[in-house]
Amino acid sequence: MTPSRTAFAAILGKDLRTELRTLQSLPAMALFAVTTFVIFRFGLDRTSLAGSLASGVLWATLLFAAVLGINRLFIAEREEGGFDAIRLAPIDRSTLFAAKAAALVVYLAALELVTVPIFALFFLDTAAGLLPLLAVLLLADLGLAATGTLISSMAVNSRARDLLVPLVLLPLVVPMMIAATGATEPLLAAGGPGYDRFGSWLLVLGLYDLVFGLLGYAVFDFLLED
Amino acid sequence: MPPEQEKGTPAVAVAGLRRDYGDRPAIDGLGFELEAGASLVVLGPNGAGKTTLLRILATLLRPSAGEVRVLGCELPKEAWKLRGRIGYLGHEPLLYRDLSGRENLRFHARLHGLAGDEAAARIDSVLAATGMERRAESRVAELSAGMRQRLAIARCVLHEPELLLLDEPDSNLDAEGRELVRGLIGPGTGRTRVVVTHDPDRFLPEADRVLRLGIGERAAVA
Repeated sequence: MTPSRTAFAAILGKDLRTELRTLQSLPAMALFAVTTFVIFRFGLDRTSLAGSLASGVLWATLLFAAVLGINRLFIAEREEGGFDAIRLAPIDRSTLFAAKAAALVVYLAALELVTVPIFALFFLDTAAGLLPLLAVLLLADLGLAATGTLISSMAVNSRARDLLVPLVLLPLVVPMMIAATGATEPLLAAGGPGYDRFGSWLLVLGLYDLVFGLLGYAVFDFLLED
Repeated sequence: MPPEQEKGTPAVAVAGLRRDYGDRPAIDGLGFELEAGASLVVLGPNGAGKTTLLRILATLLRPSAGEVRVLGCELPKEAWKLRGRIGYLGHEPLLYRDLSGRENLRFHARLHGLAGDEAAARIDSVLAATGMERRAESRVAELSAGMRQRLAIARCVLHEPELLLLDEPDSNLDAEGRELVRGLIGPGTGRTRVVVTHDPDRFLPEADRVLRLGIGERAAVA
């Protein structure tokens, strides 16, 4: 058997190199997010947001932008025979799940690197809450990557995958979104960041990551069977 | 060179094999044996189950019923032991369009546990053997179908498999390409081979055994 670390690095490296070269997912995700911020800005007719409204706008936008990337996560594997290549190699198939989830975390981090500062410019009076927000973003990205990778791998062989991914994914990420918005709300409060129940929400996010990470790792092998 | 295969032991042994797609059996009651180092040519019309057979032997499909042993591994139970010992060339080249030929081969080498100088040497060697050195840095999307097939053959033998499972290996190849790849996947390599083809004139002369699959009739082994 090829060591999982080697296979993980090979698959992740391949995905990142392909994305850098083709820019098929990230620009679309970022453009979608920025456009949505513009729509919110004019739709709400507000130049400043705080608390739950700011948190809701941020997370709804990031989630729907992430769906674009999740939809495309396994396209190359389906269209170019990558699934067979992985299945023919002497590797633990769960490595594919881990590598794809890691690639998605990188995409989400890059998306947030671009869009969160734009969100702050558009809507926030102070950027003081952005530093602790990093912890929320990281934990939410891990959960979204685990769930998104699992759902994307199930939907990729379906003709209706563009419909299936949001239809199945969105209900599954509701608990994570509740925790992410709950943790973000005090950070973006009008009078500056607060930490009311911040730690509890982070714990919920961590638990969500653990459950869906283990679930994906456990069932992914079966999803690759014919 | 491929690892030494035990003489006298069938490399492939199939008995009572059936594979269903829904209610329709693609293969039903198939049985044959193939000695190590021998070549089996599989013939039959479209829909006779040739590709299905090859994908079962490659561990990509599970049999619905019957016994399949490949290189001493019982399928599907011991498929994990077999992967890495077979070279599979299917209808798809299993190459990523946005990576170059060399990047694709490097990716496959890493999946098979090859790295560093050894991987680089093998990649250079299979690129040379397929006549693809000059186009090795081109993206696969920019290559002709014949060049992709040459690269697919290079990928198939990169990890020096004991058993070659080849589905129409000559498709899209010109005369020069066909001659070049014989050195990698031809009978002279000493590897056990299962070749699916619609071109009996070309492959029958090099066959040790022939399997004729029909639709709705029993397979004939010669």
